[in-house]
Amino acid sequence: MDDFIPYMERTRLFYRAQGFKKDYVWAQFQTIPFQPLRKPLTDSRVTIVTTAVAHPDIPKPVRIAESIPFSDVPEHFDTSELAWDKDSTHTKDRQSYFPLEVLQQLAAEKMILDLAPRYHFVPTQYSHRATIEDDAPAISAACIEDQVDIALLVPL
Amino acid sequence: MDIVTEAGVPRYLHNNLPLGNPLGAPGDRVNQRRSIESALLMAKEMEEPGIKVSELTWPRENWQKVYARVGDDNRDTLLRMGEENRRKRAENKAKGLTR
Repeated sequence: MDDFIPYMERTRLFYRAQGFKKDYVWAQFQTIPFQPLRKPLTDSRVTIVTTAVAHPDIPKPVRIAESIPFSDVPEHFDTSELAWDKDSTHTKDRQSYFPLEVLQQLAAEKMILDLAPRYHFVPTQYSHRATIEDDAPAISAACIEDQVDIALLVPL
Repeated sequence: MDIVTEAGVPRYLHNNLPLGNPLGAPGDRVNQRRSIESALLMAKEMEEPGIKVSELTWPRENWQKVYARVGDDNRDTLLRMGEENRRKRAENKAKGLTR
């Protein structure tokens, strides 16, 4: 098996080399909010939470969480401002990071009940506060409103 | 893997692939589907938090060494990137583009 990249150490060195004086501090939680699935998979409604950008016209520093109908999924999301491995791969295949077609197929095959009406964009924020206090609760509330049973977080 | 372990998440399926294609390589429909099936089965079966590592591998070697690499040949470029980044942040802040 290939080794795992030590992303935290690699990122620290990368930004130090860019002249940043303060290392980034990653989020850390003492408890994990685990919930078992309370119904069979075949009765479960599924959604996607993505970091891919549907509305790049909004400037990056002020992007907030958005819940967007699956009928409005762009053919190509904007991924240019996200930190993915631009030397090794590309993001021209939407299905490599946004599993809309697979979930539609699994719903048709009755592995899951269906796809929720909306998917959710979460901005990659430097601020833990913005994510914890604003974005995550907004997405959680939208998932409850849509009666979502399983949210698949697929960050790039 | 290290960032997710540090944060602590309910369920995590790790595909050891370059950032950008978390579900499978571009065009690899078989593994993209398998990733979602595995994630859904984790939701179905797991009764406590945990991590699963898939057997997926990237078709090219040495990709792990390239990401965010710092070397003598790119130090100047990185410093310039940093300066540009700080200039842009200050500019955004001055415009009130901040949360």
